[in-house]
Amino acid sequence: MVSLNDLRTPKTNTWCPGCGNFGILMAFKKALIETGIEREDAVMVSGIGCHGKIVNYVNINGFHGIHGRVLPTAQGIKLANPDLTVIGFAGDSDQYNEGWGHFAHAVRANVDMTLIVHDNMVLGLTTGQATPTSQQGFKSKSTPFGVIPPMLNPIAHALVSDATFVARGYSGDMFHLKNLIVEAIKHRGFAFIDVFQPCVSFNYLNTYAWFSKRVYKLEDENHDVTDHKKALKKALEWGDKIPIGIFYKKERPIYSDSLSQVKDENLTKLSKQNIDITSAMKEMM
Amino acid sequence: MIRNKISMLVGGEAGAGISRSGLLFAKSCLRGGLCVFGANDYQSLIRGGHNFYTVRACEEEIYSQADKTDLLIALNKETVLLHKNELVSGAGIIYDKEEFSINPEDVESKDVKLYHVPLRKIAKELTGPQIMENTVALGAATALLDYDLTILNEVLQDTFKEKVAQQNMEAAKRGFNYVKENYGDNFGYKLEKTKLAGSKRIFLTGNEAIGLGALNAGCKFYAAYPMTPATTILHFLAPLDREYKMVVIQTESEIAAINMVTGASYAGVRAMTATSGGGFSLMAEAIGMAGMTETSPVIVLVQRPGPSTGLPTYSSQTDIRFAIHVSQGEFPRIVIAPGDVHECFYSTVEAFNLAEKFQMPVIIISDKYLSESNATAEQFDQNRIGIDRGQLITEQEYRQEEEYMRHRITETGVSVRAIPGIRGAIVRTNADEHNELGYTTEDPVLTKKMNDKRFRKMDELIKEMENYETVKLYGPKNADVTIVGWGSTKGPIREAMKIINKNGKCVNFLQIVYLCPFPTNKIEEQLKSAKMTIAVENNKTSQLSGLIQENLLMTVDHKILKYDGRPFDPEALAKQIMEVL
Repeated sequence: MVSLNDLRTPKTNTWCPGCGNFGILMAFKKALIETGIEREDAVMVSGIGCHGKIVNYVNINGFHGIHGRVLPTAQGIKLANPDLTVIGFAGDSDQYNEGWGHFAHAVRANVDMTLIVHDNMVLGLTTGQATPTSQQGFKSKSTPFGVIPPMLNPIAHALVSDATFVARGYSGDMFHLKNLIVEAIKHRGFAFIDVFQPCVSFNYLNTYAWFSKRVYKLEDENHDVTDHKKALKKALEWGDKIPIGIFYKKERPIYSDSLSQVKDENLTKLSKQNIDITSAMKEMM
Repeated sequence: MIRNKISMLVGGEAGAGISRSGLLFAKSCLRGGLCVFGANDYQSLIRGGHNFYTVRACEEEIYSQADKTDLLIALNKETVLLHKNELVSGAGIIYDKEEFSINPEDVESKDVKLYHVPLRKIAKELTGPQIMENTVALGAATALLDYDLTILNEVLQDTFKEKVAQQNMEAAKRGFNYVKENYGDNFGYKLEKTKLAGSKRIFLTGNEAIGLGALNAGCKFYAAYPMTPATTILHFLAPLDREYKMVVIQTESEIAAINMVTGASYAGVRAMTATSGGGFSLMAEAIGMAGMTETSPVIVLVQRPGPSTGLPTYSSQTDIRFAIHVSQGEFPRIVIAPGDVHECFYSTVEAFNLAEKFQMPVIIISDKYLSESNATAEQFDQNRIGIDRGQLITEQEYRQEEEYMRHRITETGVSVRAIPGIRGAIVRTNADEHNELGYTTEDPVLTKKMNDKRFRKMDELIKEMENYETVKLYGPKNADVTIVGWGSTKGPIREAMKIINKNGKCVNFLQIVYLCPFPTNKIEEQLKSAKMTIAVENNKTSQLSGLIQENLLMTVDHKILKYDGRPFDPEALAKQIMEVL
């Protein structure tokens, strides 16, 4: 069983003081401890952006990849070795801009992994431009007259793509977020958590105070997580009251359930030696 | 009478089963013990247009298609009009005069013999689908060539399900009998079984050979997005994935494919993807990631003419520079250019070994001509190249003396690899510059050290490459002229050499198999003593000459370049070479 101390790394944290990422980091570490997963059995994959640094701050297997490509990289790892617990970390621009094409397909494929999106509604590491989740009218360095299109709704998108686990967390409520991550890791299938994460340097609008005033927990309203219609309705809620918690959860075969070739043994354990290709040559005669 | 030497062309519109019938004929030649080459020419459309497949069969070894046709199976008039100039004196045309007529002036050579066979009528009588016209024509061709129909029947039986096979065999028989009854021994070409008949040789495309190589090398993960002419690797591997315990995925994009494959490789599995130029462009960033994270994906780049979408179903050799320089920054990689189906197979096995041994991406560069033409090969020796996974530690071997460092700085630059899951080892890697543990760093001293570490692998690789066939010399050591080339031009060049040497001239051919690291020393050794050098390439700018100039400070004397999307014709090439001589 790992302890907080085991998960510590020698890297100095370079997130801004007060960054919403700290809440996600701590929630994730506590979730790992609670699930009892050993450090060698988990892999975290991250993209590029402030969130991407998280691989430096947790002492488990890690792959800090490139911008927008967390999902395919993580899927490759998971399919190669289903014995590993794979957790992807992405930023909102990372996932919902450059990685958007992969999102719908990962949700559809239902590969058994978790995706946590650090959603601060702004590009932090490139010093404050708008992202797909920036609110309409949000003024930034790249949108000095305000963002023109409406914000993208990743929760609703996931729901209509037949996602099997859709949740939203808030890094200002670390305990609640920790519980979501535990549930997501335990879920058999693709588990998606969008996490509100205030950017204290560049998002003057969606601050801790802004979120704290608005977020409410779905479980406090006895939300039925098996009701897809209700989940969609909740996903469309935005304004003075914004729901967090699990929107929807269901069971559906995971991708590898249809792959008889990985049922008994993961691909890494299969021998690479003396593979007989005679039968594959038959049709060539 | 010409015995056991034929160049047959079957042409018609797309959707008429042209390449299938060409392949059936080719296989029946193969089984009779002939050496066969089959090339497929098709347009980027599914129905209509003009498709043709050429089969060249011969008793001696052959390496390419021929540019002359002895027997033409014309399933439409267009085929006659487009290919009439390729017909040799004494050639024959099988066609159906009830469908279209051939004017004597259409076939310029008076020696061309017309063989009308009521293809459609026979096909209709058999109530089979119209596509069986092909098979009737194959039967007719078999009779004209006085070849053994039972061989064709066996091929049909092995190709189709029983009921369809029976129909096809009947169609072939009717075509065969029609010719025997109406034309007798009229045609000047004959095919007969050779002593190699029944030997277990195979007939396959470059893409199939790469697929077989991947299977043999223990590749367990293949992810790709369809793109001509790389797609048939996906088609070849997908139905085999259960049997060979492999995951084969058609991804949402090439970007997804290369990232998945790199993820799988990090997880400890041999993994491959394939694409053509446009898809390779999309993969560029992730190939750099593989270089930085020292993972080992194998990437097949099947070239077609570009830029942009270019000619999607035709051939070119325009991406060497792209392959050896792909992605931003500097990092070592390997680029291998097989030139025939044997090399496609063995190079692929080598690619997986080198990728894991040196922990870097390996690119196999091929092209449409090589990837989709069929050639004869001996069954591949499955044990010729063993599996070498490099410094990979297993769970049993791992001794936890100190913290595991995925990117440990070593003398060779190669760090011992552990795969995630091994007790006590945390496997961390990073597309950002990183320290030995895989943590991000921006430290200038460490940045230089890690760069040096990665490039030391290249030094090691270059040393090891001394023992590899990075270049191959064909022909006599001392010749009047040395041809240099790479990739699929190998076939036409070797055919052209036969023609040239018959004309009393003496040429040799230096094939460059490894493009990166560039085998400078070995090339220099050969070219230093060459009296004259000619580069033969399917591109406009002679990219190989450029590399030779850059690496050897030596200018190639002449360049013979073809960039119309079509491979070199051996005879035309021989003529061009002799003009230079």
